[in-house]
Amino acid sequence: MREDVRPAALPAPFTAYQLDDAYDEMFTADSLPRPQYELLYRRLLELTPAELETRQQTADLSFLHQGITFTVYSDARGTERIFPYDLLPRIITAGEWETIERGLVQRITALNLFLHDIYHRGQILADKVVPFDLVYSSKHYRREMRGLDVPHGVYVAVTGTDLIRLTDGRFAVLEDNLRVPSGASYMLANRQVMKRVFPGLFSHYDVRPLEFYGQALQTTLAALSPAKEESNIVLLSPGVYNSAYFEHTFLARQMGIPLVEGRDLAVHDNVVYMRTTAGLRRVDVIYRRIDDDFVDPLIFRKDSMLGIAGLFNAYRSGNVTLANAIGTGVADDKAVYAYVPAIIRYYLGEEPILPNIETYQCGDEKECGYVLANLDQLVVKAVGESGGYGMLVGPHSTAEEQEKFRSLILENPRNYIAQPTINLSRAPCFLDGQVEARHVDLRPYILYGKRVTILPGGLTRVALRRGSLVVNSSQGGGSKDTWVLNW
Amino acid sequence: MNAMLSRVADSLYWMSRYLERADHVARQFDVHLTIVTEQAVDVARRRRRRLITCLVDEEAHPAAEAADYDLAYLLTFDEDNPSSIVNCIAAARENARQVREQINSQMWEQINQMYLTVRNQSLVELWSGQPHNFYHWINQEVYRFQGITDSRIARDQGWHFIQIGRYLERAAETADALNVDFRELYSNRLETDAVDQQTYLDWVGLLRGCAAYEAYSKVYTANVQPRHIVEFLLLNPIFPYSVHFGINRVQSSLQVVGEETETPKSARVYRLGGRLRAMLDYAQVDEIMEGGLGSYLLNIQNQCGQIHQLIYETYIAYSIEDKLKAVQ
Repeated sequence: MREDVRPAALPAPFTAYQLDDAYDEMFTADSLPRPQYELLYRRLLELTPAELETRQQTADLSFLHQGITFTVYSDARGTERIFPYDLLPRIITAGEWETIERGLVQRITALNLFLHDIYHRGQILADKVVPFDLVYSSKHYRREMRGLDVPHGVYVAVTGTDLIRLTDGRFAVLEDNLRVPSGASYMLANRQVMKRVFPGLFSHYDVRPLEFYGQALQTTLAALSPAKEESNIVLLSPGVYNSAYFEHTFLARQMGIPLVEGRDLAVHDNVVYMRTTAGLRRVDVIYRRIDDDFVDPLIFRKDSMLGIAGLFNAYRSGNVTLANAIGTGVADDKAVYAYVPAIIRYYLGEEPILPNIETYQCGDEKECGYVLANLDQLVVKAVGESGGYGMLVGPHSTAEEQEKFRSLILENPRNYIAQPTINLSRAPCFLDGQVEARHVDLRPYILYGKRVTILPGGLTRVALRRGSLVVNSSQGGGSKDTWVLNW
Repeated sequence: MNAMLSRVADSLYWMSRYLERADHVARQFDVHLTIVTEQAVDVARRRRRRLITCLVDEEAHPAAEAADYDLAYLLTFDEDNPSSIVNCIAAARENARQVREQINSQMWEQINQMYLTVRNQSLVELWSGQPHNFYHWINQEVYRFQGITDSRIARDQGWHFIQIGRYLERAAETADALNVDFRELYSNRLETDAVDQQTYLDWVGLLRGCAAYEAYSKVYTANVQPRHIVEFLLLNPIFPYSVHFGINRVQSSLQVVGEETETPKSARVYRLGGRLRAMLDYAQVDEIMEGGLGSYLLNIQNQCGQIHQLIYETYIAYSIEDKLKAVQ
């Protein structure tokens, strides 16, 4: 896949810039900047490496002071590191965005209908469009949700869909994150910092604003409230030791709602209350940032210290809304993923606007044979995992790793899928005084309340290690600001 | 009814208390360093012991013959001393982190920057440079935090819990400093209150340690008299570091919190604060000295402890069953 690496032959700071088979976000195959990148390109030629370095330091310091950090646990002094932030924006034109937006609305609408269906009549299973054992064997399927009507039929209030760009420049869906997608705060924090370090450039570009995310999220959650009048909406966090705690506090503040932990809540007569200085106060909507398994020790994991005993029955009684609903993970199971185009056709009678990545089900004997024969070419993923865990990137793996996955797959074929190794598109990044190309993906955020709202932008994640295709922050990834233009 | 999470009230209260404590320790030690250079060896030794009594849990740290360098470590960096400056600032920051969405982001950034700076400070560096600059910097930064707090956030319950934490801590610190110094410097004195040169520095140190010397001089001139010191640090109603002033502020904030929460028990907390306030309102320094300053201060400290306890029972750690009855 990397046979066609060639220098772009550009002036400093682009001297080390390389082009290959991957779609380059900034340059055409002839090393010419694409129109939307021209202004940025010229600006970068003007700036000295020292000036760029100063801007990088300003950005890093700003993250440090805001406490947008994670703790290095191996260090006794509890050293805190910032999440790597790349200085240069990733730019998306109005035309490109229009396709993404339509595609995401279509996809999330269909997936939501799918969830309602499989937790009610299961028509799509009866019609054999999706195999019923695939659904019922998913580790994220929740029997407890059967027959339960969620407010307005909305299961996924917040989605963060992972998109990648194929070598021909089309965007495709890599993963639907329908459970507890994170990262929106980094999208917003990146934008804040960007406006500080490149104010002039930013204002020249006519970029669509993101600031309204907090309000949009709040409105979305309020729309799902069972309360007739003013709702008490809270964000439920596992607490200060969770790696996404910064995000929880950030979003709670953006929305102006309390951040609560399990110990702040109590259930009585199927009503959820929070402990306040003025006594107990009823809670109507919980934007929960803890997994299904942990929300209620009476129903799910008995050893959960994070949840609230009795919460699920309060939910079943319709006295409180959980966003996202319980059991949405079945629809972002990587084996169900392969059926999403069929799901879209089934419920909406439309052709999918955003393509899927070709996916081989190890649960299918024939496809499994192909996967096992091509382990060195494919990316193998465990279906219920996320965050870049439980994954084999064939071309970058050792024979030993391939053997390990071979036995894992044979042991539990249903648990694995495989995809061709996709050469993610590459975008310019500022690294060690130079601009170099690195692989990126894009996670836009979709809100579903009264209607579907998509934030113009998203979190562009970067695989900062040279040649790496893994963008997850737990695996050495960073992020950059994403500009969706009005032109 | 204006509601705020009990856990949030708890964190705001402790955030504020810990910062106040860091401020107090830094000032006391800074003052100590300037005074001790002029004192005879045994006087200085007694001074160090008093400082440890005031600022450290003695049983945990029997540093009887500590030198100033050891004290600097103990009071600034020692991780085993819960009241060391670094520990106080870390605890204040940890509490602030728990309520990040409730406080102003500038408040968070200020406290976070303080923490990052003190964390990277080393004792050797501090001591070989100018220690005063460091301790003075702590005081400045705490004031900056309080300034941001007071200029930026609404006077809601959260702000009042911050006030209660700050002034309860301050009143307790001032009372404690008075108690320890008087026990040693005053008990064996004659009836006459004239201050000799030996102890003059220590009395001035007491005032400075409570950020009170300049304010005291404006009221009593530079004539440093133990009785005046008691009157000023304990009973002055308008000086922000006096016990009386602190209790007044605690009481006013308790009143607002009580009104906002409409909790039945809040009248009890308020009454407890009112009783202490009234006691200070009508106290006479001569009567206090006659009855014994030590027992008077002990009484105040006990009452502060009761107020703290009742705040918890009323607003923070109440039994859910009781409140459920109220909901029905």
